[in-house]
Amino acid sequence: MGTYSVTKTLDARGLSCPMPSVKTALTLEKMETGDVLEVLTDDPVSKKDLPVWAENTGNTLLGLEQEDTTIKIYLKKG
Amino acid sequence: MQGQQKNDKGSVTIVLFSGEMDKAIAAFVIATAAASMGMKVNIFFTFWGLNVIKKKGGLIKGRNWMQRMLNMMNYGHARKLAISKLNMAGMGPAMLKVMMAQKRVPSLHEFIKMAAALGVEFYPCEMSMSVMGLAKEDFIDECKDVIGAVSYLAIAKNTGINLFI
Repeated sequence: MGTYSVTKTLDARGLSCPMPSVKTALTLEKMETGDVLEVLTDDPVSKKDLPVWAENTGNTLLGLEQEDTTIKIYLKKG
Repeated sequence: MQGQQKNDKGSVTIVLFSGEMDKAIAAFVIATAAASMGMKVNIFFTFWGLNVIKKKGGLIKGRNWMQRMLNMMNYGHARKLAISKLNMAGMGPAMLKVMMAQKRVPSLHEFIKMAAALGVEFYPCEMSMSVMGLAKEDFIDECKDVIGAVSYLAIAKNTGINLFI
């Protein structure tokens, strides 16, 4: 990370499908357009599902990183 | 008409006919995921599926002996449902609940609360209720109007995704 100015971090580690998407939706709902949300997850499904979620909800996927079991997903509210 | 498509993000209408925990969870995983994507979600609960949204308690319901017998033998609510395979007289659901909790998958009860909070709309089926002798008060408060087949179809025909579980 470091390249994005993260507005908020959502720790969704330990949660299974579909909870990371649900939590992401609820968190982004309270944020402003242009804000960047960092989602931490260790659910392998989210690696595929959250980018699809972003594409379908009009938000932008800025990046996706993996450190050990933690997947970091950066989403910009748009 | 309620429950129709309100936005361009699509919509899902699920008929939940089954009263087993595993099938109900499948319905609620799809419902909550769709709601997270901004989709309009409706669930039409019919026949055995009504058990999913029944309030706890009230063993004897109905107006005649057959209804009362059916409701006694079919007693159930979100925390007390069988599973469709390997039920093993209740051991199956108990073990599945532990296994799901270990993976932090919400319980059916939690899924229902979450779905309602996300704006998923619950409709009990009027005809099943009258056959079984059930009233609106027998169901959890999250339920919206009691509707019939025509009202369900009026919602379903304007819905992109229709599922029968």
